[in-house]
Amino acid sequence: MSDRPLLELDKLSTHYVTGRGTRTVKAVDEVSITLRAGETLGIVGESGSGKTTLALSILRLLPTAAHIVSGSMHFEGEDLLAKSPGEMRRMRGKRIAMILQDPMASLNPLFTVGDQVAEPVRIHEHTSRRSARERAGSLLRSVKIPAVTQRLREYPHQMSGGMRQRIVGAIAISCEPGLLIADEPTTSLDVTIQAQYLKLLREIQRERGLALIFITHNLGIVAHMCDSVAVMYAGRVVESGPVRRIFNAPAHPYTRALVESIPRLGEGPERLTAIDGHPPDLISLPAGCAFHPRCPQVIDRCRIEAPDTVEVEPDHRARCWVMAPGPRSRA
Amino acid sequence: MRRFVLRRLGYALISLFLLSLTIFLLVRVSGDPTVLLVEPGASRADMDALRAELGLDRPMVVQYVSFVRDVLRGDFGRSFYYRTPVLELYVSRLPNSLLLALTAMAFSLILGIPTGILAAVRVGGWWDSAGKVFALLGLSMPSFWTGLLMILFFSVYLGWLPSSGAGSVLHVLMPAFALGWYFAAAHMRLTRSSMLEVLGSEYVKLARLKGLPEALVIGKHAFKNALIPVLTLAGINLVLMINVAVVVETVFAWPGVGRLLYEGIAFRDFPVVQASVVLGGSMIVVVNVVVDILYAVIDPRIRYER
Amino acid sequence: MSVNAPASSRTAGVTLAWRWASYHSEGLPVIPILILLILGFLAIFAEFVAPHNPEVGTLSLRFRPPAWIAGGSSEYLLGTDHIGRDVLSRLIFGARVSMLVGFLAVLFAGFVGTVLGILAGYIGSWVDQVIMRLTDAWLALPALMFAIFLAAIVGPSEFNIVIILGLVYWTRYARVIRGEVLSLKERDFVRLAIVAGCSKWTIMRRHILPNVLNTAIVLATLMLGVVIVTEAALSFLGVGVPPPKPAWGLMLADGKKGLMAGYWWLTVFPGVCIVLMVLAANLLGDWLRVKLDPQLRQL
Repeated sequence: MSDRPLLELDKLSTHYVTGRGTRTVKAVDEVSITLRAGETLGIVGESGSGKTTLALSILRLLPTAAHIVSGSMHFEGEDLLAKSPGEMRRMRGKRIAMILQDPMASLNPLFTVGDQVAEPVRIHEHTSRRSARERAGSLLRSVKIPAVTQRLREYPHQMSGGMRQRIVGAIAISCEPGLLIADEPTTSLDVTIQAQYLKLLREIQRERGLALIFITHNLGIVAHMCDSVAVMYAGRVVESGPVRRIFNAPAHPYTRALVESIPRLGEGPERLTAIDGHPPDLISLPAGCAFHPRCPQVIDRCRIEAPDTVEVEPDHRARCWVMAPGPRSRA
Repeated sequence: MRRFVLRRLGYALISLFLLSLTIFLLVRVSGDPTVLLVEPGASRADMDALRAELGLDRPMVVQYVSFVRDVLRGDFGRSFYYRTPVLELYVSRLPNSLLLALTAMAFSLILGIPTGILAAVRVGGWWDSAGKVFALLGLSMPSFWTGLLMILFFSVYLGWLPSSGAGSVLHVLMPAFALGWYFAAAHMRLTRSSMLEVLGSEYVKLARLKGLPEALVIGKHAFKNALIPVLTLAGINLVLMINVAVVVETVFAWPGVGRLLYEGIAFRDFPVVQASVVLGGSMIVVVNVVVDILYAVIDPRIRYER
Repeated sequence: MSVNAPASSRTAGVTLAWRWASYHSEGLPVIPILILLILGFLAIFAEFVAPHNPEVGTLSLRFRPPAWIAGGSSEYLLGTDHIGRDVLSRLIFGARVSMLVGFLAVLFAGFVGTVLGILAGYIGSWVDQVIMRLTDAWLALPALMFAIFLAAIVGPSEFNIVIILGLVYWTRYARVIRGEVLSLKERDFVRLAIVAGCSKWTIMRRHILPNVLNTAIVLATLMLGVVIVTEAALSFLGVGVPPPKPAWGLMLADGKKGLMAGYWWLTVFPGVCIVLMVLAANLLGDWLRVKLDPQLRQL
């Protein structure tokens, strides 16, 4: 593992322009992220917090209404924003890959599994049909799908959800990318399958030295899988740092509330806490810190000025005027 | 798969039954059927004779059974005007209508599908706007008026194309265009909306995420999926075309089954009219079944449907 | 290039040139409504607006071209037909015929179709099966053919045409309304009514009917265009509105006689009227569809 970070986002901002130019939604607001090779970064947030837009921004596959307005992105030292559409296309699937949430919808119902897995190999590595097919077979084996030859000829609807998600995984790693972005890959899976799938992801990651960005709203998974975490709220990263620190000593009130809202067995019902208020409306964000209407520690400054990034500890940053003091209440 | 086919065939049979029943009842119920079934200018005695011959005094059920029996035997009576068995007449004209319909369908697909795809891929752009105007016009202009205008332009003013009859490629061009114009608009519209839906789907997203060239994304992944509903519609429309071509065939004096129907009306040749309707309707039912089955062949999801 | 396609609009959209006839959800489709109002006005006040009697002609003045062409006169603005009748007057009176037949047929079909659709959807079981199978069978027959068949049996007249068109098109209503009713049945307010002990008929009348009215109206406007074209086709073939009544379709049939001689005004003008009316009805229908019930995009 080299010293230079694999992926570096510096104050990246992506805005949606709607209503014929009249309204701007800051889907991603000055997000900075660093990721090293082989590391796993978890991106946590509610729906609408900008996680998926962030992922699409990295891949530069935004819908026409969205634009990257400022900031920079570097992957393996290369400036992603400077790349032409053709160069970006060649990067996708080959050097950066992405897994989507719904495996059934991700696979084209009219083509066989074999065809769809072999496709990126054929396109990116210009191999023959036959060798691409063989590669597809070995890929399916590496994601632990049984009866490979049979499966290659089958169609997506003939398989279970868990198997489909593995196939999507196989597609993603087919060209040996350096970075894999997984957007809520387990959300539509049964709980029992989830654990298996996560285990598989970890193995694949370790075998190939993949860096992984894991987008989820489930903190439990983050605790399991990730080395570091970035917590997003209303398009901004409100806290980021190593996983243990974030869980043990969350600095931002939102993170704190998230961590505390994880129910634990053995504690009485009084311990269930929820976060007051509603998720933010990105079209009309409150002035100052976006979280202030729901924050238990709000002070006047929060209502006026959006907080800067503060370094709580090396590698542990948060955006808050009032740092939540000390370790969390249940250690 | 077999169960699927059998079920579709069953539905078709029921439809055919109801169709024949409807037609049968409508004729019988509309007053005295002999008025229709007898030649114009017949005397009372003729009518009484016909009534006895047709057994119109027998119970309805018995009449229906013999009606169906005749139909299944291919006996649709004789044309008053041509004095030949109607079935022969119909069958001799059918290939012409088929030719016209196929040409018109080809035209409508060649015009409709690419414009629809272009409109979808460049949503909101110039192509899309032009396409929408085209669609609106196509769907609002009656096909026979389109035909008349074409005759005016290409036959009367330019003198390039013949205005009636069949026999050469030149003869089929205008009727096919007039007939196909409406369907081109309909196909374009459906292709566009189907394509838009497919372009927004998750698997197209993934295709792009895989880094596939845009041409492949659209040409392979989007295209086949988007085409399914369009082809289904086209299949159904083909037979529809044959049947509604009545007016176009009349305008161009094209010797097909549509014109036969018109002659039937003009000459008060009821056996011809009745046969056209029975045969026309049955063809549609049959084609629907065939299209359903073909659909299952193209789309593997349907094949395994229980 | 994007992963997501921009939001799709499935309505028969709007172009730069047509934006004033548009149906952004804010604006009324001015042009279609204007066209329909004008046509309606002409239909009602035909006697006062038309310069000549539409059914009587002066033989010595046959085949006169429109006023702006040599040989035409300002008395017969759009020319005369093969019997010397004023084209403009016939067009105006023809508006009455088309609108009358169109509206009545649509109303008739709508009434029958809605009632049967509600019955089929709500009562279900054998009533549903019978109505649905009947609908399937009738739908298998193309409308035009079916209408021709019926016209051949009962003979052409304005009244008959309305009945015929109604019989041919009720099936389209029944299908759609039935679908609506099926989903309405699951809604809470219907369930509450059932629990409260309301009779089937009361529920259908008080709860179901008002809620399907939206759909029925949209369908009616969409069907109007189709009905008008079918009526024109029938008249063109000689089994629609009988002569000497001025129906646009009939005028096209007459116009064909002069076509090869180049008397273009007999063909162009009636056709333009038909297209205008159908276009207006279609645009209005599409706008209503978007406005009243966005779920109807599938229509």
